[in-house]
Amino acid sequence: MTARKGWIALIAGGIGLALIITLFSPFASSNPDGLERVAEDKDFLHHAEGPSFEIIPDYAVPGIHNERLATILSGIIGVLIVAVIGLAVGFGLKRLAASRAEPTHSNDTTSTAPPG
Amino acid sequence: MTIPLLPIYMHIPDGFLSVPVATVMYVITAIIVGAAVRQTNRHLKESTAPLMGVLAAFIFAAQMMNFPVAGGTSGHMLGGALAAILVGPWAAVLIMTTVIGVQALIFQDGGLAALGANIFNMGILTAFTGYAVYRTVVGLLRGTRASMLIGSFAAAWISVMMAALLTSAQLAISETSPWSVVLPAMLGVHVLIGIGEGLITAGAVGLVLSARPDLLRSKAPAVRSSLASSGYSGESAS
Repeated sequence: MTARKGWIALIAGGIGLALIITLFSPFASSNPDGLERVAEDKDFLHHAEGPSFEIIPDYAVPGIHNERLATILSGIIGVLIVAVIGLAVGFGLKRLAASRAEPTHSNDTTSTAPPG
Repeated sequence: MTIPLLPIYMHIPDGFLSVPVATVMYVITAIIVGAAVRQTNRHLKESTAPLMGVLAAFIFAAQMMNFPVAGGTSGHMLGGALAAILVGPWAAVLIMTTVIGVQALIFQDGGLAALGANIFNMGILTAFTGYAVYRTVVGLLRGTRASMLIGSFAAAWISVMMAALLTSAQLAISETSPWSVVLPAMLGVHVLIGIGEGLITAGAVGLVLSARPDLLRSKAPAVRSSLASSGYSGESAS
């Protein structure tokens, strides 16, 4: 079965696409977004409180002076973090579901056929 | 100290919501995320786990790409509808919780006290309304390729409007801005942002239809069916 290869290709392709998108993040519009625009126009933006701690604020890795590079790097870091968490949760739940199920004549999980 | 440039608030910052509103939204969100863990565990399709990583990555990247709309304003994707179309609303809730949680904790996008509200508005509400709209449109139009694209656009647009509506309600109840002021302003600007969401969502679904149509058509959960065929009926502990 090449199903496993298909899933690996999907994961690699999907995350690769996300990483490519982050390369364009410096060209994203820097205008205020919908909520910020409304807050500004309707005069409640001053209610906003700053964060109590900062790690990568404003999608720019601190200490990197090239703004575009700082933005792209923050995007790459973010994409990789959420991808790892998403995969960990997904495959963790899958393993949990599999271990709960009765381990009778399972057909695909313990396939002895060589991949490919 | 250097004076920072205008901070970028893409999500609800702290200070916009009153303590009761933020707290109630935290409780509701926690309950639904807990339910999402159980439901996703129970109805896991083979494609769900890989897609959870891929969609989290794609949605994080897409949310960074603010696109201009009229009047010096930008919008960005939310992604809840897209995720729900591809993996169902429960797994979509987990994806959106991951993305919005990381944005708040690491990127200081959205306040920590407002995190429950941000996850609910942009992740949970969008996933369930988007999913309902998509399934309705696809059902009405008999599951054609066009119905999937139209359904995706409609699901995304309506999900954005719902998120804007609920955010307005939270701001009004918090007495940050009067209902009669904030609601028309929020809906007005998100009518346009929703079109962007709709185009990106339909484009992504079109891409999946071209590359991996199986992801949109296989509806039977693999684990479920194998359990049923082996006669396992133990749904006792969960």
